[in-house]
Amino acid sequence: MPILSVLIFFPMLAALLVLPLDKDRPERIKAVALAVAVSEFLLSLPLWSSFDKTTHLMQFVERHRWIEPWNVQYALGVDGISVLFVLLTTLLTVLCVLVSWRSVTEKPKEFFVALLFLEGTIVGVFCALDLFLFYIFWEAMLIPMFLIIGVWGGPRRLYATVKFFLYTLVGSLLMLVGIIVLYRAGGNTFDILALAENQYPIRLQLVLFWAFFAAFAVKVPMWPVHTWLPDAHTEAPTAGSVILAGILIKMGAYGFLRFSMPLFPNATRMMMEPMMILSIIGIIYGGLICISQSDIKRLIAYSSVSHMGFVTLGLFSLNTQGVEGGILQMINHGIVTGALFLAIGIVYERTHSRAIADYGGLASVMPVFAGFFMLFTLAAIGLPGTNGFVGEFLVLLGAFSSRSWAAVFAATGLIIGAWYMLWLYQRVFFNPPNPGLQGIAAINGREIVVLVPLAALILVIGFVPNLLLDYMHVSVAHLLARIPQAEPAATGPLHALAALLP
Amino acid sequence: MVPLSWYLLLAAALFAIGLYGFLTRRNMIVMFLCIELMLNGANLNLVALSHYLQDLRGQIFTFFVIAVAAAEAAIGLGIMLALFRNRRSVYSDSITSLKE
Amino acid sequence: MPLYLVLLPLAPLLSFLLTLLSGKWMGSRAHRLPILAASISLGCALAAGWDVAHGVVTDADFYTWITAGDLQVSFGFLVDQLTAAMLIVVTSISLLVHIYSVGYMQGDPSYPRFFAYLSLFTFSMLMLVLGNNFLQLFFGWEAVGLSSYLLIGFWHQKKSAADAGKKAFIVNRFGDFGLSLGIMLVFVTFGTLHYQEVFQAAPGIVGQQFTLLGLTFELPTLIALLLFCGAVGKSAMIPLHVWLPDAMEGPTPVSALIHAATMVTAGVFLVARCNPLFELSSVALNVITVVGAVTCLFAATIALVQTDIKRVVAYSTVSQLSYMFVACGVGAYSAGIFHLFTHAYFKALLFLGCGSVIHAMGGEQDVRSMGGLKKYLPITYWTFLLASLSISGAPGLAGFFSKDEILLMAYTTNIGSGRFAWFIGLVVAFITAFYSFRLFFLTFHGRFRGSTEQRDHLHESPPVMTVPLILLAVGAVTAGWLGSPEILGGHSMWDHFMAPVLGRAEAHVPHFTEWLLMGISVFAGLSGIWLAYHLYVRRPELPGQLRESFSETYRWLVNKYYVDEFYVAVLVQPAINCSRYVLSAFADATLIEGVVNGVPRLIGRASGRLRRLQSGHVQHYLAAMASGAVGLLVWLYLV
Repeated sequence: MPILSVLIFFPMLAALLVLPLDKDRPERIKAVALAVAVSEFLLSLPLWSSFDKTTHLMQFVERHRWIEPWNVQYALGVDGISVLFVLLTTLLTVLCVLVSWRSVTEKPKEFFVALLFLEGTIVGVFCALDLFLFYIFWEAMLIPMFLIIGVWGGPRRLYATVKFFLYTLVGSLLMLVGIIVLYRAGGNTFDILALAENQYPIRLQLVLFWAFFAAFAVKVPMWPVHTWLPDAHTEAPTAGSVILAGILIKMGAYGFLRFSMPLFPNATRMMMEPMMILSIIGIIYGGLICISQSDIKRLIAYSSVSHMGFVTLGLFSLNTQGVEGGILQMINHGIVTGALFLAIGIVYERTHSRAIADYGGLASVMPVFAGFFMLFTLAAIGLPGTNGFVGEFLVLLGAFSSRSWAAVFAATGLIIGAWYMLWLYQRVFFNPPNPGLQGIAAINGREIVVLVPLAALILVIGFVPNLLLDYMHVSVAHLLARIPQAEPAATGPLHALAALLP
Repeated sequence: MVPLSWYLLLAAALFAIGLYGFLTRRNMIVMFLCIELMLNGANLNLVALSHYLQDLRGQIFTFFVIAVAAAEAAIGLGIMLALFRNRRSVYSDSITSLKE
Repeated sequence: MPLYLVLLPLAPLLSFLLTLLSGKWMGSRAHRLPILAASISLGCALAAGWDVAHGVVTDADFYTWITAGDLQVSFGFLVDQLTAAMLIVVTSISLLVHIYSVGYMQGDPSYPRFFAYLSLFTFSMLMLVLGNNFLQLFFGWEAVGLSSYLLIGFWHQKKSAADAGKKAFIVNRFGDFGLSLGIMLVFVTFGTLHYQEVFQAAPGIVGQQFTLLGLTFELPTLIALLLFCGAVGKSAMIPLHVWLPDAMEGPTPVSALIHAATMVTAGVFLVARCNPLFELSSVALNVITVVGAVTCLFAATIALVQTDIKRVVAYSTVSQLSYMFVACGVGAYSAGIFHLFTHAYFKALLFLGCGSVIHAMGGEQDVRSMGGLKKYLPITYWTFLLASLSISGAPGLAGFFSKDEILLMAYTTNIGSGRFAWFIGLVVAFITAFYSFRLFFLTFHGRFRGSTEQRDHLHESPPVMTVPLILLAVGAVTAGWLGSPEILGGHSMWDHFMAPVLGRAEAHVPHFTEWLLMGISVFAGLSGIWLAYHLYVRRPELPGQLRESFSETYRWLVNKYYVDEFYVAVLVQPAINCSRYVLSAFADATLIEGVVNGVPRLIGRASGRLRRLQSGHVQHYLAAMASGAVGLLVWLYLV
């Protein structure tokens, strides 16, 4: 069975099945959507069980000729770097369907169609082995996301969604130019594996590195192109925020891993320090700015900037601990921030407020929920025993090994992170109970079902991270083997700029 | 034998008159006639050069142009009729709705 | 690996999970499982101690935790003499506090949650001391921090409690910042995080340099100082001491267990555990000694004027912890751990005694409303007296032996700052005795100063609380006998026992000097007690007059030298302002968003200009076309 194609197109086709359903019977629509999402998750499980952890080669490969004149292929495959993201996507989508059960009341049919379509395109991004195909999925994913924010979002949804769309589009267009240049330089092929066989001149590598960087940095988002994120997160409906934080912004970092690092290894080595500096700025800037936020979702959105700073810091440490920590931290961030947004969605359904000032003493009213949120908070601040610690520690260790100063600055993020998260927790859950919150309903069974898998993942990865790390070792080692370990004669941004000049 | 340059000069004169008329007149029917003048200037060029080069393709092309011009005249007049019904005017400066 | 080692942390972990899940259903019976778990742990700890005493040192991995490249970390257990001592301290005090809490927390609406957290703490602390590598130490380190956060903020409806919990966590994070960098440096240096491998390779790094942030350090010094940062946070040394007094917002049994006997001593444990690394750097040792000595004096002076019964004891904890650091700093790790051991008992006793008093007073913590409680709370009175004598270094009691050994070691060491530390230690011994007995006399002697309503409610605590007091009192008296020195007819059993792990710092001084030093410190302690008796029992009007005549000093002491205010002004407020005005309003909303929204606006404006070209007149378009064609022709022919 061509499992990857099935994973991509099953939700899209199933979404078409949802369309003819009677729109006056939302229960049936939801049931079908849930059934599709769950089946998709079950279908993706073989990726986990029959994945061969001993090889760096692509697995579950499908390869068909597609557009002959341009040598475009329909090529899919996963390795130890991408397989986990496919699984994360299918899992989070199930939870998104569940959490949208009651919160999406308007046009439920179209919402679930968009969500399932989104799922298919995201899986496509992680599986594509052909640049052309990759680009199609990469852009196609924008459309359902644009709709989800723009139709089902908060009051300022139009501004947010257009901003999100244009921001990412500008970056992607630069990448498109890069792709075409690469196609010419790499022997008229879009095949990623074939392209990676070549050695490109250093100047071309640098130009292409920055072209791809434009697309990926916006998606991550790295400082200073992060400002779409707070708006998009704040206005998006819960499911939109979860997908956005959980998976979408992982694509940027995934792009670095899949394209920038293997295709432009020398440029990556040269750009290591600038990238680390940008990451550190992101960590500290994103963290500090969280302190003064008064909107819960906005705070979590900015904390994503900080956490994704850890991810890129790890990736550009260019050593095993850093890269593996970075990948793990991507998954962790998907789980933890996804969980936080789900949790916020759950209270938002009850209170219809995102302002921190409207809360207080929630732990007395919703004790079980407070327990869950505590766990997510702890994972977000990287407490050992949660998944967040393993990722952050490996990233910091990787950064320390390659540039000790980077780890010193990045580690301040641990202090700032504890500050804003615990302060948020205190203002929402502790302190004298806010009279406005009296009598709101405790957490119900469906919501517990949504939160339990993520809570379990947080602890399981926290105590047995090797379950995931084992998938990466060989692929990461193969990736790092491509990158020259010797430092180029002179590194640094100025030198790189000079190399760009004719 | 009339030398080729005379034909070309006549064609250029026809074209120039057509262009001048199109640019200066406001009445769309007159503008339309001017287009025809320009087309015929071009046709004259084609025929003259075709004869000069002893190559029939130019004359064949002229037939195409005449056929297309006829169709164009029909459509153009139809549009103008429709415009006149809507606007009660065939003056080009009163029709600038493309601007918006 | 012996079964009891697995059971040791597992019992409290299971108890935590089960109590949390079944809390609603268990209600007021929720203490059963945690107490059972704590007893199992104590039993296992005794078994471990028995094995170690018979020379069996276990170092075994449980399972591999993280593998990445050449990093391989396990959850594993190292049980040697140091661990065994810590295990016994932790489990015994934990069990007693569990039992005591049954009475103290009775009727609290969150009774099950309290016991669940106690179990979580016990588990975390056991993981901390049991670990055989740095990362597991860090695991336990943060986990005890979490338990402490949860328990300080246990009554989270109170803003001050929630604030205190948060403060404790964040201040500790400053220490953890250094500690985690230290652990990374250890890994980068040695390629492993396993204690035994690191300590074996440690002597090889002497003389190496490491450049961090452009500054070049001796490698051993840098490692030691970074690790010590963690200890400074956890053990509330200057400059990170500010969280401990606030932590008294937590229920009193918690203060006894976490903020006196066990968790706060983790810093001392860390230094002692890593003594092979610290031994390599005399700079680091001097830093530890000086930080210890300064904190010691600093905290003791603040304790002089506090009126909240728990805060006095909290500052005395900071001051006693400093003694332990002084011991480690002068290389007498065994003495430091010995003081940790004795201190655990008498300080837990003091705190639980405070708890008993607070319980009787209906939640009142201000000593100015107490007095004359002797006749109402006889058991509390006598146990509190023993604890106060012990902390004041009265001969024969636990505190006497350990404190004396530290002062002796500080006096005789060859570490540069030893004599300085000895002198401070001596002064503080006097101050300690004074404030301990000030508290004692104010609470139990004189006449009752509270409301009549409170007087009517005064009662001795139930046996479930007093029995732990009595048991701890036994510890507060006898714990020191284990380390009784040779000149008093003992055998220095403690030092011999610890020698394989902590080495033996011998004091080579004549017996006469040893007697003299002991006499001086006993004299300091006794004169402190006498002064307290004089001021608070015989002449109770004198303290008020003293306060008048030294009003400026008094103001500084009462306000704890304004350290909190300093941090708020220098760190907290600037960070909030920076976040709000510089980053949020300026950098993000004006600068970056200015560009982001400015570029489309610019394009919009430019297209508005260009749009004017489009007049709608067909003639204009054709004219443009024609002139373009002419232009092209000209260009074609001329160029």
